Amino acid sequence: MSGRSILKRIDWLSVFIYFALVLIGWINIYSSTFIDEQSSIFDIGTRYGKQLFFIGVSLVAIVIVLALEVNFYERFSSLFYLISMASLLGLFVFGKTIAGATSWYDLGFFNLQPSELAKVATALALAKYLSDIQTDIKRRKDQMYALLIILIPAILIIPQPDPGSALVFFALIFVIFREGLPLFYLAIIFSLILIFVITLKFGPIWLIIGLVLFIILLFGLKRKTLKIPVIPLALVSVAIILFSLSVNFVFNNVFEQRHRDRFSLWLRLEKDPNKLEQIRKTIGYNTYQSEKAIESGGFFGKGFLEGTRTKGDFVPEQDTDYIFSTVGEEWGFIGTGTVIILFTILFLRLISLAERQKNAFARMYGYGVISILLIHYFINIGMVIGILPTIGIPLPFFSYGGSGLLFFTILLFIFLRLDTNRLKESF
Amino acid sequence: MRKILLSLIIVVIAITFLGRLSYLQIFSFSTTQVLEDPAIKAIYDYPERGYIYDRNGHLLVGNDPAYDVMVIPREVQPLDTLEFCGLLGIDKEKFVEKLRRARVYSPRLPSVLVPQLSKQDYAKLQEKMRKYKGFYIQKRSLRYYDTPSAANVLGYISEVNEGDLAVNKYYVQGELKGRTGVERFYEDLLRGRKGVQYIQKDRFNRDIGPYKNGTIDTLPEQGKQISITIDKTLQEYGELLMNGKRGGIVAIEPATGEILSMISGPTYDPALLVGRERSKNYTKLYNDTIANPTWDRSIHAQQPPGSPFKTLNALIALQEGALDESTTIQCYHGFYVGKKKRGCHCGGGQRDMNKGIYLSCNAYFAGTFRKIFEKFETTDEAMDVWEKHMKSFGLGDYLGYDLPFGQKGRIPSKEYYDKWYGDNRWSSSYIISNSIGQGEILATPVQLANMTAAIANRGHYFTPHVLKKIEGKDITEPKFTEAKHTTIDPKYFEPVVRGMADVYKKGTAARLQVPGIEIAGKTGTAENFTKIDGVRTQLTDHSVFVAFAPVDNPKIAIAVYIENGYFGSRYAGHIASLMIEKYLKGEISRTDLEKRMLEKTLEAEYAKPYSGEEFKINERVW
Repeated sequence: MSGRSILKRIDWLSVFIYFALVLIGWINIYSSTFIDEQSSIFDIGTRYGKQLFFIGVSLVAIVIVLALEVNFYERFSSLFYLISMASLLGLFVFGKTIAGATSWYDLGFFNLQPSELAKVATALALAKYLSDIQTDIKRRKDQMYALLIILIPAILIIPQPDPGSALVFFALIFVIFREGLPLFYLAIIFSLILIFVITLKFGPIWLIIGLVLFIILLFGLKRKTLKIPVIPLALVSVAIILFSLSVNFVFNNVFEQRHRDRFSLWLRLEKDPNKLEQIRKTIGYNTYQSEKAIESGGFFGKGFLEGTRTKGDFVPEQDTDYIFSTVGEEWGFIGTGTVIILFTILFLRLISLAERQKNAFARMYGYGVISILLIHYFINIGMVIGILPTIGIPLPFFSYGGSGLLFFTILLFIFLRLDTNRLKESF
Repeated sequence: MRKILLSLIIVVIAITFLGRLSYLQIFSFSTTQVLEDPAIKAIYDYPERGYIYDRNGHLLVGNDPAYDVMVIPREVQPLDTLEFCGLLGIDKEKFVEKLRRARVYSPRLPSVLVPQLSKQDYAKLQEKMRKYKGFYIQKRSLRYYDTPSAANVLGYISEVNEGDLAVNKYYVQGELKGRTGVERFYEDLLRGRKGVQYIQKDRFNRDIGPYKNGTIDTLPEQGKQISITIDKTLQEYGELLMNGKRGGIVAIEPATGEILSMISGPTYDPALLVGRERSKNYTKLYNDTIANPTWDRSIHAQQPPGSPFKTLNALIALQEGALDESTTIQCYHGFYVGKKKRGCHCGGGQRDMNKGIYLSCNAYFAGTFRKIFEKFETTDEAMDVWEKHMKSFGLGDYLGYDLPFGQKGRIPSKEYYDKWYGDNRWSSSYIISNSIGQGEILATPVQLANMTAAIANRGHYFTPHVLKKIEGKDITEPKFTEAKHTTIDPKYFEPVVRGMADVYKKGTAARLQVPGIEIAGKTGTAENFTKIDGVRTQLTDHSVFVAFAPVDNPKIAIAVYIENGYFGSRYAGHIASLMIEKYLKGEISRTDLEKRMLEKTLEAEYAKPYSGEEFKINERVW
């Protein structure tokens, strides 16, 4: 296919939103790291200069991604996966430690984070496996293989330690789900999360009381036509109680205090308002500051480079994980609303792109892309605006970081490249 | 279902995020952010408060430097506490406690450790201050009074409270604001405007440069120097004369309405409300609810005016043609209200207007009052006319002077009596006491002085005021520079003025004559009552006197009201004559009068109602 027809067929809406987000992101990185000294925006010594350089690198990557043959990605996806898993393993030997996490390779001019590469590779590999003619997702064995593809990188990343990045891979379950994983699995995951939250918030006793009341109600409303499966019900109840008790045990005896504090802050477990305020300002310091910064922006924001809390460096990690608070302070609700809407349009657009693929690999990869971007966006902004606990993962296209921007770009544009070939069932 | 689930999740997330963001950025957002923002610190530059001078350029109020010892708890290093306490002049326990409180307030913001050091303590401390880390001395300025008097006119300043902060956004915690008197009324002139410099801070509270490059910073605006109309010498002299007496003196320059002196007795030294002893002194003054030194009687004390009020009734009678100056009325050592006889001290006989005034004949004025009412068809009509004339002298309503507080006094209207007696169920004889300034009439000393000024001007007055100059320029406020005309024709004033002049020549104040000055005056003796254990009890009459001088081209109009001073010619008459002589001649020839006033007090009289025993009133001897 010629270069011209790629440009003709590429989904320009997604490309436009991508560039809009990258531009807005960079402006806010500039503002977060700007110091009053006169310095060129191309100065590689500054954070914003460096980020601008990586935007350039990403542009080159986009050209390469679009130029490559479309079946290149499917054909070599297993190889990519193996290489990226090897690179994760290699970290245990050659990794560079920054801020306590051994997540980087020192390449001299910049630090490469292989977990970012692994996201792309895993999405490709999962799509490849699921689209294989011999894979039947209804089969238990194949379900396990698919899960294994997701679990391997997650398990390799956890000990870095980088639990946030590891968590991202679980989002790929959505892809399997889309392709026919029984609803049962999702239901179990949601139930476990629900039981976890209820146990922490109300304690196992109330959970058990609730369960007993539910069973009594069930028998009380018994109809002739409805047979209650007594044995499975009993088993499920016991399982719930055991899980609840173990959550309680783990929370109190295995978790460290800092973990407990994060949850007590998130679920407002601390009853004493003074103590809660204390936790907010110490353990929840980052979130407290970012919430305050966003709040102080008001509807219209304080204006570009006018964010006082941003300038005063009140919000830690403001150019990386907390970049969204800069948007909130300087651009106000207009800015934050715009970013949320841009992301939402991008996601909905990508879903419709994925759904129009005739080729199964392209569709599944598309879902992989959406799942990965969505979980980053959800956890990151949720944390910055204070409705989710602190989990450190970047905001795609926004946060400062070369590897992140580069691989998010590659992740997205591989899909857009596949999309240009959507009319062909096989490449 | 599988296809739309993800889209649904995306939309729910978007709604949740937008909801949370609108809660933070729209509902929680408050406009006072700049002051709450930990990243911005406002540093204020306070201009010096304006000086206050008297009408002749003598300084009344200036500023004095004071030195506060400040502490930033976080920066305090271990120190020799005993030595430091010795220098500060406080004991160790107090020092430890103050330090603890400062730490509780804020470990990194400065707190006042010891306020307002004396100059001597400051000199001792200053050299050694470097030894004590975390402490420093902050200079600020306090009001300095170059006079022990005029506290009621000048007012005082004190720290703003929560209420002030809520009402006026200009002020910040810890700032000073005028509370009463000139300090309050001309707060904006005297205060100036503080300058503000906004500093951008980082999270370690370090300065990282000016906020918005200093574009919203402001320079301080100097407080204005003002001159007030008070004559310092006269004011101080009047306060000396008020020794041991309660009441008010107000002197006005009739040609301008400028208040020459405004005295309330008892009063206090304004310097008491400045400095370290301030709150102790304030509590003491404030708690004295019997003598009430913080209550400015010259504008607050509304009392029956007594006989000076007769002059106005005479003017109204002339204006309405109820009689002329030669009309005579027979005095039978009193007059009758129904069957009840009211006494008169004038001696009895045929009284014309001149005699009526200088002998202060009650019967003559009761007759005059009746004659005014007889001129009209109905009592209502007469009452309206009478009220209109009275009010044109500035009685019965706020005068509009430039002092914050005051009382309206009272000139009763027909509605007032309709309410009291019932519609049309009263006539002039019911309210005959109004003819001699008793009854339902109430006036404050400043209103009496203003009324006197209107007579002195033969028919007009200028709203009394205390502001004379701003930064050396005379005020041009039309409210104070335009004459207010009474409803009495100027030609009717002459017979009344002649009567008042005769008060000094051969009437009730004949013994108070001042050589070389022709004074017109009118004595007053006002009955008054109080409640003792719920029983209405009469007290010694109030001594009242109004006067102006010289009779032609008057320079001063004065009203003196001395509570329970008995005859008008006693305390009030003495004081009025001395004040006039002091103002016009600068020295006192009637040293006999002066000696008496400086020495005599009424403390014994004021103690009577609180003694718990039977007591006599209106005692002849004095």
